[in-house]
Amino acid sequence: MKYHDVIVVGGGLAGLRAAIEVNMHNLKAAVLSKVYPIRSHSIAAQGGINAPLGNHPRGGYDSWERHAFDTVKGSDYLADQDAVVTMIKDASERIYEMEHWGCPFSRNPEGKIAQRPFGGAGFPRTCFAADKTGHMLLHTLYEQAVKYEQAAERGELKIYNEWLITRLVVEDGVCRGVIALELATGNLEAFKADAVVFATGGCGRLYSNSTNALINTGMGMAVPYWAGIPLKDMEFVQFHPTTLYGSNILMTEGARGEGGYLTNNKGERFLANYPDSRKAMEVAPRDIVARSMTTEILEGRGFEDAYLHLDLRHLGEEKIATRLPGIRDICRKFLGIDPVDEAIPVQPGQHYTMGGIDCNKDGASRVKGFYAAGEAACVSVHGANRLGGNSLLETIVFGKIAGEHASNYIAAKADLGAGDKALADALAQEESKLEKLLGSDGPEDPSVLKEEMQNLMRDNVGIFRTKEGLSEAVPKIRELRERYKNIRLRHTGRSYNYDLMWNIELGGSLDVAEVVIAGALAREESRGSHFRRDFTKRDDDKFLKHTLAYYTPEEPKLEYSDVSLGYWEPKERKY
Amino acid sequence: MAEYIFEVFRFDPDADSKPRFDIFRVPPFKKGLTVLEALFYVQEKLDGSLAFRSSCREGACGSCAMHINGKYRLSCETQVKDLFSDKVVVQPLGHLRVLRDLVVDMEPFFAKYKYIMPFLMPGSPPPERERPQTVGDQMKVLPSVDCILCACCHASCTVTGTDPEYLGPAALLWADRFVRDSRDDALDERLRLVDQLHGIWRCHTIFSCQEVCPKDLDPTGAIADLKRRALRRKLLGQ
Repeated sequence: MKYHDVIVVGGGLAGLRAAIEVNMHNLKAAVLSKVYPIRSHSIAAQGGINAPLGNHPRGGYDSWERHAFDTVKGSDYLADQDAVVTMIKDASERIYEMEHWGCPFSRNPEGKIAQRPFGGAGFPRTCFAADKTGHMLLHTLYEQAVKYEQAAERGELKIYNEWLITRLVVEDGVCRGVIALELATGNLEAFKADAVVFATGGCGRLYSNSTNALINTGMGMAVPYWAGIPLKDMEFVQFHPTTLYGSNILMTEGARGEGGYLTNNKGERFLANYPDSRKAMEVAPRDIVARSMTTEILEGRGFEDAYLHLDLRHLGEEKIATRLPGIRDICRKFLGIDPVDEAIPVQPGQHYTMGGIDCNKDGASRVKGFYAAGEAACVSVHGANRLGGNSLLETIVFGKIAGEHASNYIAAKADLGAGDKALADALAQEESKLEKLLGSDGPEDPSVLKEEMQNLMRDNVGIFRTKEGLSEAVPKIRELRERYKNIRLRHTGRSYNYDLMWNIELGGSLDVAEVVIAGALAREESRGSHFRRDFTKRDDDKFLKHTLAYYTPEEPKLEYSDVSLGYWEPKERKY
Repeated sequence: MAEYIFEVFRFDPDADSKPRFDIFRVPPFKKGLTVLEALFYVQEKLDGSLAFRSSCREGACGSCAMHINGKYRLSCETQVKDLFSDKVVVQPLGHLRVLRDLVVDMEPFFAKYKYIMPFLMPGSPPPERERPQTVGDQMKVLPSVDCILCACCHASCTVTGTDPEYLGPAALLWADRFVRDSRDDALDERLRLVDQLHGIWRCHTIFSCQEVCPKDLDPTGAIADLKRRALRRKLLGQ
């Protein structure tokens, strides 16, 4: 049995930042990652990271209050306001820290970190490194992790590459560690830890039209859910307005922040025709733009009834080459077009999971010693709709906070290193489950189940939702969960069995998908990203509250909890 | 076009005495079909034992580099139609031990990257705000920071193939990235690490790395830059 003070699950931005923080507290941290950390989905973030640095000529009057207010308003007042304030007050310091660690941010003429406008923001406050901000930040944190790995006197930072978590071990309300599968050998192992931080990212791959990496299956949410920790606000799924037609690869909001236009098949900048986006146009918040685009396509003003145009041509080659080189590269490689000469075909696609593992603004869950951070977590700072540039911020702020609180928890913990029996029992159970899965000879082809789930989520739990569509999805997902019990793997070997890995995760995806559907059906209002055609207004009397979904073997059990207000009174959200 | 013929390298060190190629027929089931999508088709429909890595599927993460029809590339951003061939031959990255099928042991590659101390080493404590850097100075690191550590360069380099201790194009590109950064003050230390028998002088300027880099980076140029700096240091003490 392996033993580390803190186990961090996930090697993206939030996970690495948490592990580094634990190391700074002179504790031993281990990062367990399904992939090499730099393969994590953080790498794909493009546009930038928000902080009220005031470096932009039009950003001089920016402040934490304005940034926090924009975030709360963007969340359609579902964000916990104290958590938002915590995040924004820490924003500038965290970004300077990343700069000090070597992140190659783009610069303004004064030599300061450059900032650009983003949707829903009162000032240009999105710091960026061209359109590869996630790549630059993740490499910077990985570099720091390598540094700590090499500096022995700091304690220990060990990275386990290519391990899949299958179980969180909780004993009498205290977290004892995890069980994980080593992909190289197919062996399960128990990892004892005094605290565990989950930073496993979102669950975009519940949907067929997602911008997310293939690895974002939601397994990291399913594991704590199975262990009794509720998932919060899972019905709030962000659809990004501009994803590449055909592959749903992200085309950054920065493309519009830099001045790009969205046009329909008549060549009109159609956002002007919708009251919600008339003023802010292309830089209105994502939920609003995505809805306007979908309506435009549904009403026949799209191309091939499937996409619209993101037109950058008027920006000129120089600006595109320096500010949006990644976008240009993707367009060339995946579509064979150059945005300098041609408009980009785009459609809205699943992009971000606002909901996640229920935790508070310390990253702490209701299980002692169990923490969550980043997209996997729901603190909640994004509420019903996340503003572009706030997710990267969340990862480094709450990664640090979770690492810090996990370390402090350990400092005060009495029974360090306890839990051997609970872990051994859990390991034995996981081993028999694995044997059963490998030996199963049922009739179901798991790749068919995955496709059915992804299409169901796209069609029935998408941008526009109805009672009818959601009610239809409930028995359908239950049926898929039943059929999953009778799947047959195509390969039963142990070493690098990706058939096994993907299909263990499919079990997690199906359960998390059920939570999204249940939450969406129960929430009879429209708020942020969650839009019900049968309840088109926000209903603060009934639904200014967080959804909490608890696992039961039959179906998720829903409860609700209060939203933390106190700074800004909920108002109608207008742009 | 009825079907593509995929010839895929297969090897399980635990069971096979030698590698083989398996042939799979993949229909062009979608527009813009990529090699990675075709491999998933094989794994999900034809042979679940096929092992290959993947993550972002958009050329950003570096997981899925492999040898495809004569060239090292990222399988996710390689469209089958762009190969202009009905036959697609897929092999693992070279110069790295095959663990299974298209999965190779990346540890030696990362060990070299870690050896060159790939993190900023500034000479002074950080200021309260950002360290200022001119637009021009920031541009100097741009040619290197796009590296996704996919190891295409490593696999294509003939020297890496003959000298296992050679630091290789990726690690040296990263060394140069920090040398070029106006915020870094560890030139001596960095040159000490690379100015050695298995370091910069091992590069024979064959340009294979530059030719295959999916991000159009120039490790050969970066190594030449390090050579110049090392020489200047030795001859002129600069």
